[in-house]
Amino acid sequence: MGKRIGMEVAVAVAEAVGLCNIDMAAVYPITPQSHIAEHLSDLVANGQIDAEFVTVESEHSAMSAVIGASGAGARSYTATSSQGLMYMHELLPIASAMRLPITMAIANRAVSGPLNILNDHTDIMPQRDSGWISVFVENGQEAIDMSIMAFKIAEHKDVMLPVNVNIDGFQLTHMVEPFEMPSQEEVDAFLPPFVPHATLHPAKPVTMGAFAMSDYFTEIMKAKDEALLNSKKVILDVWDEWAKMFGRSYKPVETYKADDADVLMLTMGSMGETAQMAIDQLRGRGVKAGLVKLRLWRPFPHSEIKAVLKNVKKLIVTDRAISFGGPGGPVFSEIKSALYAEASRPLIYNYIFGLGGRDVAVGEFVGMVDKVLADTKNKAADTYEFWGVRE
Amino acid sequence: MTTAKAVKNVPPHPMDALLRTERIPHIWCPGCGIGTVFSAVLAAIKNTGWDPNTIAMVSGIGCTGRMAGYIRLDSFHTTHGRALPFATGLKLAKPDTKVIIVSGDGDLFAIGGNHFIHAARRNMDMTVVCVNNFNYGMTGGQQAPSTPLGAKTTTSVNGSPEEPFNLCDLAATCGATYVARWTAMQVRSLRSSISEALEKRGFSFVEVITPCPSSFGRRNRMGTALEMMKFYQGRSVIRSDINPSEALVDIDREIVVGKFVDTERPTFMDHYAKVNRLNLPQWRAMHSDHQKGR
Ligand SMILES: Cc1ncc(C[n+]2csc(CCOP(=O)(O)OP(=O)(O)O)c2C)c(N)n1
Ligand code: SF4
Ligand SMILES: [Mg+2]
Repeated sequence: MGKRIGMEVAVAVAEAVGLCNIDMAAVYPITPQSHIAEHLSDLVANGQIDAEFVTVESEHSAMSAVIGASGAGARSYTATSSQGLMYMHELLPIASAMRLPITMAIANRAVSGPLNILNDHTDIMPQRDSGWISVFVENGQEAIDMSIMAFKIAEHKDVMLPVNVNIDGFQLTHMVEPFEMPSQEEVDAFLPPFVPHATLHPAKPVTMGAFAMSDYFTEIMKAKDEALLNSKKVILDVWDEWAKMFGRSYKPVETYKADDADVLMLTMGSMGETAQMAIDQLRGRGVKAGLVKLRLWRPFPHSEIKAVLKNVKKLIVTDRAISFGGPGGPVFSEIKSALYAEASRPLIYNYIFGLGGRDVAVGEFVGMVDKVLADTKNKAADTYEFWGVRE
Repeated sequence: MTTAKAVKNVPPHPMDALLRTERIPHIWCPGCGIGTVFSAVLAAIKNTGWDPNTIAMVSGIGCTGRMAGYIRLDSFHTTHGRALPFATGLKLAKPDTKVIIVSGDGDLFAIGGNHFIHAARRNMDMTVVCVNNFNYGMTGGQQAPSTPLGAKTTTSVNGSPEEPFNLCDLAATCGATYVARWTAMQVRSLRSSISEALEKRGFSFVEVITPCPSSFGRRNRMGTALEMMKFYQGRSVIRSDINPSEALVDIDREIVVGKFVDTERPTFMDHYAKVNRLNLPQWRAMHSDHQKGR
């Protein structure tokens, strides 16, 4: 049986990864990710795990090194944040194109400029189209569970794609939370050894990253898209298996008091818990409000989103990033496009908030719902607004 | 880190004219050697007597990089590792500017190492002052390419298994025309080396062995900030004009300090002007008007 412990979430993530029999980790420090790297390096140095830890000279090198290691058949891990993730950007589509099951934690942090070290989602959003499986977690327990499951999903023979686990920087990484840490025996029973689909080996040479001109390029892109779409089945299976083994179940789209709601709010990541408290307050006042939490960002859970939003009249989509000069927040634009062909769809309001670590309190979520309900002429629907901004 | 806000009733600092006093107190830890290096840089700048409007400071990211935010001169606080490319662009656009780069060992030689070797190779006419505290101070003291073999950091609890760069040797090999190293305690020599480096026509490099008591010092049980200062100074041996490859930094035995290179060769601009048979563009008058107005 797993142990109930209290620990800083970043450290716990490293502990969880340490249970996964990794072969190598290559990490460059960056706040608020660094505690993951430091703790992993401790586990390696103390001989607690039989793996290599490489102190590379940048994130570009970190991702390159895990690509190299994964290509040689090693279970490989890295973690980063913000500028570090931006600097890795070039390598991300290469990892997915080579079908390398790398896993990575992202301690989400605002991207410069101006320089800021606090939490939002402006680092992960520009990586959306890199061909990675991408999940968001709401609390420490989920961070641990998703970090372990990431290996099983990534390495499944029907997937063979890299996975990133998004953990809100500071808001989650630096919190000391109570949770259940699976035991080594449990993780060993859950996670089979890594069997690579192809490795660089002199006895059976393969070439990874070969040149492809217009004759094959499109087909390769389509194959990657199909692989990512098809990964959803495996993701759901692995999450189910986890639920059976550990009693904690995860769905691509989670709801809270949504069934009879007149207005729904949608969040990603750690804001879900705050928003949930707001829903309780609103319900206490007799307002029929509910919550939708989007956990799986890529592959995008179209059918689940449509099912959950089928009957609601008004929807508030919250975004912690913006597509400048575009349609508003990235989550907003994805949800809108998912619902475009539906016969009945809600009016959608988009609030962009919590940028660069700005706190969003329970009352502010309540305020958003009140504001949307007061918009009886639906004037603000289909547009976006920076919530709480000073003009 | 503390949030900068104006402090009242503090006696003026001799370098106040060059400081954005409204941003003080700074974020540096008590006893950190960066402040000493910053003072030396400011004093050297003051010594030159140059018009402040002709000087720009460029820094990368890190504790050291914060200098660019505190100096009352044109300054660029860039991204981690990219101070030298920003500085190169600045120099090309405005060739008369005296460009001084201040940054950490990690910023200049880990993530930004590539740019350092090329700026030195091209002999860009600029001065680089590197605060070498043997680790990534800002992010909590992890192992860097300057960490001595066997030294402890937050990502090498049993000691670093890698050999570090000899930064002065690297600079010299890549073509720097002025190379010196001092410890942060040797303030007078440091100040005069930075002055010489600033006056030098070509790529000049000054390395400063600097205490980071909060991270490197604590991990390696080096005592208080002052003890660390004295330790580095005590280990230092002045051996100017020896081959930089022999100017070792061995914190267990000796830290060779001094001026190792002081030569001349054509700068990037010299070659560029010749090859393109052009005079480099004059900085537009518009800019001077803008400066007068501020
Ligand atoms: C691309 C990128 N990766 C990582 C970081 C995080 N980071 C900020 S400062 C720093 C290291 C600073 O070390 P150094 O340059 O030696 O300066 P010091 O703080 O020691 O003065 C790192 C890794 C970042 N800002 N950007
Ligand atoms: S962490 Fe180290 S380098 Fe940074 S301010 Fe503190 S003592 Fe100085
Ligand atoms: Mg440093």
